[in-house]
Amino acid sequence: MTTAPPRGFFAPASSTAPPRRRWRLALSFWLLQYRRTWRGSILSTFVLPTLYLASLGIGLGGLVTQHLGNHAALLGSTSYLRFVAPGVLCASAMQIGINEGSWPVMGAIRWQRTYHAQLATPLRIVEVLDGHLLWITIKIGASCATFVAIAAAFGAQPSVKAILEVLVATVLGMAFATPMVALSAHVKNDAAFSTLNRLVIVPLFLFSGTFFPVSELPRPLRVLARLTPLENGVALCRSLALGAGFSVGQLWPLLYLVALVIVGHHLARRSLTARLVQ
Amino acid sequence: MEPLRDEVVHASALTKTFAGTNAVDGIDLSIRRGEVFGFLGPNGAGKTSTMRMIACMSPRSSGDLLVRGLDPTFAGPEIRAGIGLVPQEDALDSEMSVFDNLVIYGRYFGLARREVRARAQVLLEFAQLADRASTKVDHLSGGMRRRLAIARSLISRPELVILDEPTTGLDPQARHLVWDRLFQLRSEGVTLIITTHYMDEAEQLCDRLVVMDRGRIVGEGTPRELIASTVPREVVELRLNPGATPALLVALKDHVERVEQLADRICCYGEDGDAILEAVIATGIHPLSSLVRRATLEDVFLALTGRQLIE
Repeated sequence: MTTAPPRGFFAPASSTAPPRRRWRLALSFWLLQYRRTWRGSILSTFVLPTLYLASLGIGLGGLVTQHLGNHAALLGSTSYLRFVAPGVLCASAMQIGINEGSWPVMGAIRWQRTYHAQLATPLRIVEVLDGHLLWITIKIGASCATFVAIAAAFGAQPSVKAILEVLVATVLGMAFATPMVALSAHVKNDAAFSTLNRLVIVPLFLFSGTFFPVSELPRPLRVLARLTPLENGVALCRSLALGAGFSVGQLWPLLYLVALVIVGHHLARRSLTARLVQ
Repeated sequence: MEPLRDEVVHASALTKTFAGTNAVDGIDLSIRRGEVFGFLGPNGAGKTSTMRMIACMSPRSSGDLLVRGLDPTFAGPEIRAGIGLVPQEDALDSEMSVFDNLVIYGRYFGLARREVRARAQVLLEFAQLADRASTKVDHLSGGMRRRLAIARSLISRPELVILDEPTTGLDPQARHLVWDRLFQLRSEGVTLIITTHYMDEAEQLCDRLVVMDRGRIVGEGTPRELIASTVPREVVELRLNPGATPALLVALKDHVERVEQLADRICCYGEDGDAILEAVIATGIHPLSSLVRRATLEDVFLALTGRQLIE
């Protein structure tokens, strides 16, 4: 038989003020969970982007760079690796944002019911959301930083501007993650995720200036591509990586991405509230 | 209805509407500090909706509600800081260990790491899960999960613990273990709110209870009061040959206070069960089986709603 708890163990606490900065507590859940799952996420977060870089930058890149000739000006770079690295950086930030905003969110609502558990405590919806979004930000940021370091090792020139690239790519990832959270909270099942992937993410991945300049696209597609968040992120990162200095024009795509994060956060909050607080 | 000083929950005309239907339909409640208060009713009676409003997880549609003296509309975090909730779907993280489930939950209440770890150890003993601390929740039995959910709700030393169907799906042994733990809590002054559709659970555990049906409160009091005020003291349950019932009912008219005809049996209510049974035998109609017993909350529910609790 077990020992009974000491007398008074269950006596209600005399003061029960809710803790402050509660988003921190929601974040601590995801940190604790990561301690268990980090091995599995290494592949998608770090290894895959590296494989892309090796295949495109070194493999395809070797071929392209050899035949670059007069087209060097088109890429704005003398090596394809340096051209493609910012593209792959942004594309993988997008992919991580989409992934982290989909299954983990659906799981926290439907399977593990993490959000429900958190909402039974002093945490409010916005704190539950912000804790999770902060965790996604950390994950995207860490993965982007690793990518930039690996790219430097492959020969894409490192510079202080690489830090800015990581920042931009992280904001880009969140511009996808936040509306994705809203969608995951809204849909009935995960069938929506594969539809979204086929119809939106893959075309974005292929035609947003990731692997070739959008100027190569026919005019209507080019206009369309320039409106996408991914193209804006890629163009900005590329101008940071290849350009000589800074310009005011670089602020616009950044502001565009930040605006998308803000709108996405608003949508996510509304969608989660509708789903969880009934 | 003015709130009293030692009230933990005060509600008047509390209503919850889903898609035009009143799941909770204007109920009044007064739950006092230190008591075990029950909501008894069938599935869909509005118990869980009421529970969720009290736990500040679902906003009320209309009416007044004070929990721990505060209004949930404005003070959700403050109120929840003093509540432990054991929801029906226990919302444990099945991928995490038993111990981590306790620790992370304590952290949500702002407890320091060291304190939460120390409390978790004691709670594991209390829930008889000490040897399972590092087991994944996935590998626990239903009874163990429920005990863990109860232990988790206690990590923050709540003043009010809300348990939604705490023993549904558990075998009798596991149920008694849960009951035993709940008695221990009451003895330390924790206020408990329990929803159940088991009348024996309500009778065993609750100091006071309300009977809910279709969103309304149809009866209120201590289990004993409810039984005494609603139904006669004893019941004779009879199973009869098909066709024998009408004749018997006519013959018994002067001997019973009320009769309920159920699908498989009839229940005859009166102050003296044995006397009723003798009257039955005297009619010459032989029942297939008979049982004399005391009236229970099940009979209260039947009398109040015309339906059985578990159909």
